[in-house]
Amino acid sequence: MNKVVRAVLHPRVSRSKILAAILCAGLGFALVVQVRVHARGENLESARPSDLVLILDNVTEESHRLTDELRELEATRQRLTFGSDRSRAALEETTKLARTLGILAGTVPAQGPGIELSITDPGSRLTANALLNALQELRDAGAEVVQINDVRVVASTHFLDDGPGRIRIDDRPTSSPYVFIAIGDPATLASALQIPGGVFSNLRDAGASGDLEQRQMVRIDAVVPGPAVPRLPAAPQ
Amino acid sequence: MIVLLGLLVGVIAGLLVEPTIPLWMQPYLPIAVVAALDAVFGGLRAWFDGIFSDRVFVVSFVSNALIAALIVFLGDQLGVGGALSTGVVVVFGIRIFANVAAIRRHLFKA
Repeated sequence: MNKVVRAVLHPRVSRSKILAAILCAGLGFALVVQVRVHARGENLESARPSDLVLILDNVTEESHRLTDELRELEATRQRLTFGSDRSRAALEETTKLARTLGILAGTVPAQGPGIELSITDPGSRLTANALLNALQELRDAGAEVVQINDVRVVASTHFLDDGPGRIRIDDRPTSSPYVFIAIGDPATLASALQIPGGVFSNLRDAGASGDLEQRQMVRIDAVVPGPAVPRLPAAPQ
Repeated sequence: MIVLLGLLVGVIAGLLVEPTIPLWMQPYLPIAVVAALDAVFGGLRAWFDGIFSDRVFVVSFVSNALIAALIVFLGDQLGVGGALSTGVVVVFGIRIFANVAAIRRHLFKA
């Protein structure tokens, strides 16, 4: 400790000391500059080629996607603003939107390619949880519209255990067999249900069995009882 | 003392000026900084041991930084730049720890 105090109080100057000091100044400078450059996130310049290729790929893909979206939106705008049948285009657009929203909200029937999954539960051991799992798996796999028995599944659908072998779906009592009808890519939905440790193996563990059928066309007729859909006016002639 | 003053001046200069590092230098600067840090801690340890020599310090400082940068440059040419940078950082990290341990023993006798 004495040595430190002495050195601070009585500095000795020599030429090589000054040279060392200059080098240390350079070190401090480089240190600070490096830290700041790194903090600014400019390390893209020092990234290695393979990382750069990856980043570039991602950015290119993103830009393609955005360009597509831009073109689509511009076409829509073109139709809405400059089309000779401006109001008809607007009406068409709105009708399409209303239909999409209706399908999402569950107020209109829908049809398309999909699957039919029928779950039989002879031991009455399935719980609301199992059905919810199956539904979530379908949703994750891209199911757009789902119906279970005669209940249309929407965002607010709930499952409730109601004694052995009975499950209330949206307050409607249901029991085995539970028939899921889902619209979406049939192959994707089917493989999502069949992955190891997935829905099917869980069903088997609970002593239930599932029967899966892929269809080119399924119809979902159940609708959510909701407010009456206002009728759209006919297109002006 | 003058050496520490130099370090301080360098840090302040770096904070005040905002230079852009030339592109060719970017992969090597961090490695060179770590190598130079090792030289500084080595110098400090030698000073506590009473065998500090300005000449040795200057030479080791410059050669450490240059060789470290050279190794990384060579690694980049050979396609193993990332691995070699890691290696250099590990080696200098161990040396810095050893030097700081010696300094600590001098300062706190523990």
